[in-house]
Amino acid sequence: MTRDKLKNGRLVAVFLIGLVLFNYPLLSLFNMDRLFLGVPLFYVYMFAAWLAVIVLTAWITRGRS
Amino acid sequence: MLQTGVILLCSFGYIGILFAIAFYGDKAAESGRSIISNPYIYALSLAVYCTAWTFYGSVGRAAETGVGFLPIYIGPTLMMTLGWLVLRKIIRISKSHSITSIADFIASRYGKSSVLGGIVTVMAVVGVVPYIALQLKAISASYLLIKHYPHLGSAQLFSDIPVFRDTAFYVAMMLAVFAIAFGTRNLEATERHEGIVAAIAFESIVKLLAFLAVGIFVTFGLFRGFGDIFSRAGAVENIRRLWTMDTSAAAYSGWSMYIFVSMMAVLLLPRQFQVAVVENVDEKHLDKAIWLFPLYLLAINIFVLPVTFGGLLRFAPGSVDADTFVLTLPMAAHREGLALFVFIGGLSAATGMVIVETMALSTMICNDLVMPVLLRIPHPFFSRQKDLGGLLLAIRRGSIVLILLMGYAYFHFIARFLALVSIGMVSFTAVAQFAPAVIGGIFWKRGTRAGALWGLVGGFGVWAYTLFLPSLAEAGLFSGRFILEGPWGIGLLRPYQLLGLDIGFTPTDHIANAVCWSLLINLAGYLGGSLFSRPTALEHAQAALFVDIFRKAPVVDRTSLWRGETSIRELQALLARFLGEKRTLEALQQYAVRHRFSSVEKIPADAGFVTYAEQLLAGTVGSASARVLVSSVAKEEPISIDEVMDILDETRQAIAYSHRLEKLTVELRAANERLQELDRMKDEFISTVTHELRTPLTSIRSIAEILSENTNLPPEKQRAFSAIILKESERLSRLIAQVLDFQKMDSGMMEWRVTDIDALGVIGDALNATRQLIQEKRIHLETFVASDLPRVRGDRDRLIQVMVNLISNAVKFCPDHGGRIVIRATTDGDHLRVEVQDNGIGIQPEDQKIIFEKFRQIRHSGRGRPPGSGLGLAIVKSIIDHHGGRIWVESRPGQGATFCFTLPLSRND
Repeated sequence: MTRDKLKNGRLVAVFLIGLVLFNYPLLSLFNMDRLFLGVPLFYVYMFAAWLAVIVLTAWITRGRS
Repeated sequence: MLQTGVILLCSFGYIGILFAIAFYGDKAAESGRSIISNPYIYALSLAVYCTAWTFYGSVGRAAETGVGFLPIYIGPTLMMTLGWLVLRKIIRISKSHSITSIADFIASRYGKSSVLGGIVTVMAVVGVVPYIALQLKAISASYLLIKHYPHLGSAQLFSDIPVFRDTAFYVAMMLAVFAIAFGTRNLEATERHEGIVAAIAFESIVKLLAFLAVGIFVTFGLFRGFGDIFSRAGAVENIRRLWTMDTSAAAYSGWSMYIFVSMMAVLLLPRQFQVAVVENVDEKHLDKAIWLFPLYLLAINIFVLPVTFGGLLRFAPGSVDADTFVLTLPMAAHREGLALFVFIGGLSAATGMVIVETMALSTMICNDLVMPVLLRIPHPFFSRQKDLGGLLLAIRRGSIVLILLMGYAYFHFIARFLALVSIGMVSFTAVAQFAPAVIGGIFWKRGTRAGALWGLVGGFGVWAYTLFLPSLAEAGLFSGRFILEGPWGIGLLRPYQLLGLDIGFTPTDHIANAVCWSLLINLAGYLGGSLFSRPTALEHAQAALFVDIFRKAPVVDRTSLWRGETSIRELQALLARFLGEKRTLEALQQYAVRHRFSSVEKIPADAGFVTYAEQLLAGTVGSASARVLVSSVAKEEPISIDEVMDILDETRQAIAYSHRLEKLTVELRAANERLQELDRMKDEFISTVTHELRTPLTSIRSIAEILSENTNLPPEKQRAFSAIILKESERLSRLIAQVLDFQKMDSGMMEWRVTDIDALGVIGDALNATRQLIQEKRIHLETFVASDLPRVRGDRDRLIQVMVNLISNAVKFCPDHGGRIVIRATTDGDHLRVEVQDNGIGIQPEDQKIIFEKFRQIRHSGRGRPPGSGLGLAIVKSIIDHHGGRIWVESRPGQGATFCFTLPLSRND
């Protein structure tokens, strides 16, 4: 049960991180007309942050089934 | 290869494959080898979220707003991170209450209310039918497009096709057949449909592959990779503006509203509820699904931007609708095979959604709309009809056809005039209205039926006014003047700018406004209604059962809330009317076995069995109807709210009591551990003491032996030997005295002779007693004693003992050469303070506390145990404590130790 609670807490933390990453004001830092490695910076940020949330979730729920 | 015949053959062939997979899935389930019972299939089935709107509409939206298509997928990703908190709870509740739809969930939570169930069903149907129409529109439009190959027409070319020559109509009918065949094959208490889930998972693979195929083709076939597309797109001013979003507050809040609405939709859309909750085989599948499903969403969106920019670069502005780029790009490049594959991909996205959505809606219409009404009609047909199972199935089948016809009608008369994306968001906003009732319902016990009702009706009303009616007006059903001018010319009431609020991702976007107002009203209604109404007993009970679902011992035993009388025969007959004789008997036998009754006849018609029967029925006809049915045969006595509160209270007390017990257990365990530790220390002490006693004894004995055997020893030798005997016996008696002292002190039998004493004298006596020791080791001694030391009250002998002990300790630990001891005595406020400092090996910080405990000796690496009983310091501490003083040690390893103690000064001074 405590392990479940820990996992739950971590996932909620990821959710909060996600909320921050995908909302104003953090969003505005990347909302600019610029290229990053040939791809618009804003898009790179979106997909990178998105992938980060997924990877974190996967990492937290990994292993033992 | 894109002749009409080939296209139709492929389309219907594809649907044929779906039939085959669903058939195989059902067969496998019947024989007990589930093919869907793994997290991968579960995650793929969740991807029914991606409809034709994703498949075609994402590109269309990206062409208009750049990143504006993303919130619809980021929202679900965020919701999935809460999967463990929210979704798992909903799944657990639904399993334990046999809940089979979102309407049933809300109805059951708020006291099995058929009114709520009905309202939610109506809202879901009105909200979602346009969304189904959107899928039909996508199928129809893509078919017309690909049929006219190699001509690239605009998608809006379905002007006036008669219904019976319209492919969309036939597709709709085929989907109805599919949903009927696999969604309503028989009445299952669990409402699980493994065949359909298998087919949906397959469709998810097809649409993903199709989209990836066209994405790779555009990115690496038509262009030379991502960099190439973006650098070319960057050169066109009109495309470059899509690289960023508007920086206004309206745009950012619109963005956030989109994320929020999508979060709610992925949980509350009837089809998502169906696949995520009802069709869930095992909660544990969530573990993988909560990141696999978002990964799927990410994968299907990676190529949206390249395809968008590819299309914008390839086609002259306005010549081709961006909604169709996915299909028109391969067509323009004459990749017929790829175009066909993309068409099938779009078909899979659309059909998957339509199948699950109609099935979920039909269950809701049957259980939460039609049945509650039928059960209240006092017609002899319903009371006499032996088997109502057939009727139920007929209602469901009828509603599937009805929903698809409604969808088709909406498409035929309205949807074709609207853009793909706006229809989808309108539906999302409609189902988001369930959020307060559902989320509040599983976390907040105080939420009541009245609150849910107010919230839902209010939110739905605002939704209808700000989104639904305007969309009908825009489609030309009635005059749209109220959109621009407001009803009766009142500007503040303009639906798209209600009360003047105008937020949105783009200036023409009205969704965010509607989301904001409808949910505000909804939430206000829910909270207000809940706080200003009194829940009934049943509501109370359901609220506790829902909110506390994870408690090990349920707060309320469901059976304790039922009182009344009925007979097993009546209940059995009732069950048989809905489940059939055979299934009823099976269910009763299961119950008998589980509760150890020898036969079905022996089952008592008690509260436990009535609850079981109601739950069996709830799986088939919904919780509200089941409630009505059971109470029709069971003569229930109404249970009052006070009685429920009593039951709750008793349980609460029991819980509090068990908490206290738990705490006590912990304390006991700690005490026990402490005792064991003491026991261990005592053992160690005894072994130390006996060892210490034996050393002098051994030497005395061996010397005595020498003396008795060698009578002619020279006198000086004899003297030396007797001196040793003397010294060793003194040591012995000292040790014994120490043990006795300690024992006395420990048991409080020590006699204290308290007088006013002079500290200087005490120190002097102690130094005299230890002078020998100090000189033997050639230790340099310094004393700093203030000459005007005041007197203290205490037992002089004991205090000398303290000083002697501390000094001999210091001597013991001083190095063999260059040893140095400093003794200081000062007054410190109303205390006398004495310090004994040595320059020995010092004491580790972790040992500084424990050296004053009984039987403790510090072990030093390499030096073993220091000589002594381990009682000296404990005795010292006892004496100082008895005098109301304090003793401690200050030391750093390697730099010596300073033992300090204080004693209160004599009062009469």
